[in-house]
Amino acid sequence: MNFFKRQKNAVVLAAVLLVQLLALAVQVKRQTPTGPVTLLRLVAVSTLSPFERGVIYMGMGARHMWNNYIDLIHVRQENLQLKEEFEKVRLARLRELEDARQAHRLQSLLNFKENWMDQTVAAQVIGTSGTESSRLLYLDKGARDGIKVDQPVITPDGVVGKVLAVFGDHVSQVLLVSDATSGVGALLLSSRLQGIVKGSPNGELTLNYIMGDENVPAGEVIVTSGGDRIFPKGLPIGTVTKVGMGRNLFLDIRVKPAVPLNRLEEVLVITSQAAREPDNAELPRVRASDILSQHLPGVPQPAAPSPSNAPANANQGAHKP
Amino acid sequence: MRGIRVSYTSREQVEVYRFSWPVSIVLPLLLVGLQAFAPVRLPFLRPFDFGLLLTIFFAISRRSPVSGLITGAGIGLLQDCLTSTPFGVFGIAKTLVGYGASSIGSTIDVENPSTRFLMTFVFYVLHLGVVLAIEHWLVGQPVHFNLGHEAGMAVVNALMAVFLFSLLNRLKIRV
Repeated sequence: MNFFKRQKNAVVLAAVLLVQLLALAVQVKRQTPTGPVTLLRLVAVSTLSPFERGVIYMGMGARHMWNNYIDLIHVRQENLQLKEEFEKVRLARLRELEDARQAHRLQSLLNFKENWMDQTVAAQVIGTSGTESSRLLYLDKGARDGIKVDQPVITPDGVVGKVLAVFGDHVSQVLLVSDATSGVGALLLSSRLQGIVKGSPNGELTLNYIMGDENVPAGEVIVTSGGDRIFPKGLPIGTVTKVGMGRNLFLDIRVKPAVPLNRLEEVLVITSQAAREPDNAELPRVRASDILSQHLPGVPQPAAPSPSNAPANANQGAHKP
Repeated sequence: MRGIRVSYTSREQVEVYRFSWPVSIVLPLLLVGLQAFAPVRLPFLRPFDFGLLLTIFFAISRRSPVSGLITGAGIGLLQDCLTSTPFGVFGIAKTLVGYGASSIGSTIDVENPSTRFLMTFVFYVLHLGVVLAIEHWLVGQPVHFNLGHEAGMAVVNALMAVFLFSLLNRLKIRV
């Protein structure tokens, strides 16, 4: 107390300077490779993130040491199990490859445009906003890795969010789909109804703008529609958990996210996606009626004639009037 | 006795502390950083608002309203930097908490664990109310309030305050 009485003028001066500096820092925007960022935010993130990145990497190193050199009990048995599993997966993959080729062929013939994920960058989650009112993640990848604002962030399980800001070469900020200000173009997988999945202040996801007279069962899968021009079409967003009547004739649909948003450690940022015309050059010319005939129920084919009878039958046919 | 403020604890019993400059600067950075970055690997730390606890601790130890509100503003703005909300949401809330805590700290004995628990509980609720009010009326964001969840968070933070304050007591320097 005595200190403040003695140094009253200095304290008041410091306070006034502090307020002015803060006000200035809020107004001033620093140009970064991906656009202007508030100076105060840039300095704070740049100061805190290297230390946290160091801690994360040290933890990863320790975990790596433990997992790869010490904790090797049951590895041989696990290896045998994995080999068996691998064989099964290989067979399944062959079947899926065949299905994919077929799907691609059909899609090409129908002249669809597709969004391709040309390039993805794997990133470590190094932090959060630390508050519930703002659902953000901080990644250890930035402008140097090709990260830009509005790029989609995913995991193999589904959608995570989009890049909100890039703070220099090694840090970027991601807005989660569960944030109250977030929205993703969505499609119900089986009924093909389109809506928008939004976050909420409590972190719950809701599917909006589905008319009240539509039938949406719990458990139905929701994927991205591609309509927001950020996320490629067909990425899982979540599943319907609860359906009720909402306001303005729309359904109130609660969604369980496909990705555990509170427990993310690694994510993928889609740094490049392009709309491409499918390449038809390699495909043989096939009539649309032939494709349809493969998929529609038809008249059962008569038994194929044996080679020995074929010419005889043909001759018999030829003599008929 | 004329001119002497009569309160629960007389002026002679209320001790005023200060902190070294490294503690005043590094500790908020460390704890706010911990709050933001540690829950990625240690999810059990998610419920704790270390910025708020530190604001209360500094305020009740220094027992100066000016110092308390400046500390609160600094810690709050640091937290604002890490969010996507406009600057000032947590700054304003923690400024009020810093001012309130230091005012209370200068009139009653806040060394008792039960007093610290109760005070932190009340200030957690006050802080939440101010944040929600700013987000709703000033920022225009939708807000969500779940009484049971928030009461639980207030209790958890109050318990952490009792533990944390006893550790931080070692950093205090008597004036």
